Amino acid sequence: MHKLQRLKEIPSQTAGPFLHIGCIPSQIGLNTLGGIDLGSVLLSKKTKGKRITLTGKVFDGKNIPIRDGMVEIWQADANGLYRTSETKLDGSDLNFSGWGRSHCDFESGSWTFKTIKPGPVMMKNGKWMAPHISFWFVARGINLGLNTRMYFSDEHSLNEKDPLLQELKGTKRIRTLMARKIAENSYEFNIYLQGKNETIFFEI
Amino acid sequence: MDKSDLRCQGPLYPRDKTLHPKALTPDYKSSLLRSPKMTLIPMSNTLSEITGPVFDPNILGEFDSDLTKNYCSGKQIGIGEQIIVHGKVFDENSRTIPNVLIEVWQANASGRYRHFSDSYKAPLDPYFGGCGRCVTDQNGCYSFRTIRPGAYPWPNGGNNWRPSHIHFSIFGTSFAQRLITQMYFEGDPLIKLCPIANTIEDPASLKTLVAQLDMKKTIHMDARAYQFNIILRGRFSTIFENKMDGN
Ligand SMILES: [Fe+2]
Repeated sequence: MHKLQRLKEIPSQTAGPFLHIGCIPSQIGLNTLGGIDLGSVLLSKKTKGKRITLTGKVFDGKNIPIRDGMVEIWQADANGLYRTSETKLDGSDLNFSGWGRSHCDFESGSWTFKTIKPGPVMMKNGKWMAPHISFWFVARGINLGLNTRMYFSDEHSLNEKDPLLQELKGTKRIRTLMARKIAENSYEFNIYLQGKNETIFFEI
Repeated sequence: MDKSDLRCQGPLYPRDKTLHPKALTPDYKSSLLRSPKMTLIPMSNTLSEITGPVFDPNILGEFDSDLTKNYCSGKQIGIGEQIIVHGKVFDENSRTIPNVLIEVWQANASGRYRHFSDSYKAPLDPYFGGCGRCVTDQNGCYSFRTIRPGAYPWPNGGNNWRPSHIHFSIFGTSFAQRLITQMYFEGDPLIKLCPIANTIEDPASLKTLVAQLDMKKTIHMDARAYQFNIILRGRFSTIFENKMDGN
């Protein structure tokens, strides 16, 4: 076997203000790619788990909601399993892709996902991660997509044992990772790019 | 190698931050209010980062990878210089990655986007939408046909013009490899003047975004070809314990 050359990742560039054209074209009335945006629907009738609605806004340094950005989420299914293949059976819910994408509303800045509450995820070391959703945010002015994690504020006992949250224990900013329950099965998760409420972003 | 095997691999190599733009890049004004002030908190990769979305290749429509045709379903062709943009997707281990979804968007030949918030007065092309997508084949290869995009002016406090570029959105084998970037064209004098291109401080890193004219793939009397290879983060080859610091 020949030794493979080590390459370097290509650099990121901002998604810019026109990301809708390529990623969520139907939001601007473009039906060129079939008219259904990828990631716009996470659920089918057959998806297992408790339906929830997630909403939020992303605030800039002047506390103004960003209206030209895009949020992507990645999460486990109701049993805490991630989808790893389109074709092979991996035990995860075949009726749940785990991946969603939403634009920030052009007027209010709100993004929304209709999804299911993920189950706790078992790590390789046997520890459990509390139910959580991975977030990735891109927009004009953001040079490298921002990663964060959303946890559920009403999962107190599981959150207590979550390895990442345990690691962050003692920092006040930990609350920036908690989605607030605003109604039955409905959660709000606001992201702050700057200021006293600045969200924790991770280098993953 | 099947993508599901790649998925079973371990954590990602830590990202080399010197290759990427910083969050705050004052010459690019939009970054001022949108750059986090606190440093990113490093976290060990868990299953949530080393897995990532998978796509059914059947999502692709007949003209998805042909931007010259897809806006009019093949009945009309966009105006401008026809080009082919192609390349391979690798990880940092030099392994090619099959089944990678690539989405692209761009301005038309005049430098105008089909988007309500583009206020540049250059004309829209009635035959050109400006978006496309494809999936890499078993050898990690991808290819688009499109119209060479025009340069365009943009509001950044000065007389700023974007070099011709194509926006790329790329899905690797894990959520931690997710990347959005822009591809430039060899020989464009606007690259070195561009505040966005120059958010990348390392010239060698910026150069990897500049597609090279490729006469081998150029089709005589039809389309010039540009080659743009995409390198995503590499992965350790085995899953090892996701130990958190302090645990
Ligand atoms: Fe652009």
